[in-house]
Amino acid sequence: MVEAMTVISIWIVPVTVMFILLVAIIRKVPAYEVFVEGGKEGLKMSVSLLPFLLGMLVAIAILRSSGALDAFIQLLEPILVKVGIPAEIAPLAILRPISGTAALSVTSEIIQVYGPDSFLGRLASTMQGSTDTTFYILTVYFGAVGIKKMGNALKIGLIADFIGIIVSVIIVTWLFM
Amino acid sequence: MINVIWALMAVIGIVYAMFNGTMEEVNQALFDGSSEAVTLVISLSSVLIFWLGMMRVAERAGILEAFAKLARPIVRRLFPEIPAGHPAMGYILANFSANLFGLGNAATPMGIKAMEEMKKISQSDRASNAMITFLVINTSSITLIPTTVIAIRLQYGSQAPTEIVASTILATTITTVSAIFIDRLLRRSRSH
Repeated sequence: MVEAMTVISIWIVPVTVMFILLVAIIRKVPAYEVFVEGGKEGLKMSVSLLPFLLGMLVAIAILRSSGALDAFIQLLEPILVKVGIPAEIAPLAILRPISGTAALSVTSEIIQVYGPDSFLGRLASTMQGSTDTTFYILTVYFGAVGIKKMGNALKIGLIADFIGIIVSVIIVTWLFM
Repeated sequence: MINVIWALMAVIGIVYAMFNGTMEEVNQALFDGSSEAVTLVISLSSVLIFWLGMMRVAERAGILEAFAKLARPIVRRLFPEIPAGHPAMGYILANFSANLFGLGNAATPMGIKAMEEMKKISQSDRASNAMITFLVINTSSITLIPTTVIAIRLQYGSQAPTEIVASTILATTITTVSAIFIDRLLRRSRSH
């Protein structure tokens, strides 16, 4: 099942491209011209995205490099431990919504130190796979189309992240212990 | 809210550095963070150019329309504000399928396109209900095969690198369902 899914995930992009282009040829769409036209829009979009991403990444970099983020993690750790989240996983749980690269490096570190097949290794893997960087998605999706009032999107996103972390602990405990 | 959070992140960091003696690191981070963003946007632009080019071809060939029809049963319930057969539906389905197969970087351009189409419906710079639902589903990450994690596990000598697939799918499903539920709950309390 997993092998089949891996094959599908490798094949799906080239096959999709082939399918789109074949239909375009059959329907007599000037494929190359249209592709370039759409691509130009992509270029424009990435340029307009830059200030949004730059602002967010700089703020996160300041928070990390000053040591404030580490202090924040230490502050929250006892609370997370009380809810049933192991202390070793707490930094990952807090970093995951804020910074994708930081969370990924914490995950690899946990897997390296405790082993991929340990409880902590499996928990870190599950958490990394089942959550996403809320701040990044918010910045990119809303930034690209110029949404200024985000409503309660951030709030719901963060609540969902918290649920994802708790649920991961419960599921990994239940499946592997 | 995002304005205050963003400004506070930087202010707290700088004030903390005053007492922690890490001002030099913060100074460096200002420049490193900026150049990291430029690098990120350049690598993102290659994906955006390719997929938005491809999606435009798909649109002109009528594939997106067929996709939107296919998406109707799912999208109608999740996004009642989107009119039947609207292009937003096609992009939403494309984004969801790319996420399911773990094609994170192909999912982003389609997600942005979906947002753009939803903005055409709402005609406002305020996030609409449909946009928030769409965003929440994306942040709770619907992935079938977490390829990055499997690669890391393999690298550190796991006996069964893919054994976390089941737990990940289970966790992500519960999270997504609860995210949709919370979104609906807050939406109801907002309109009353």
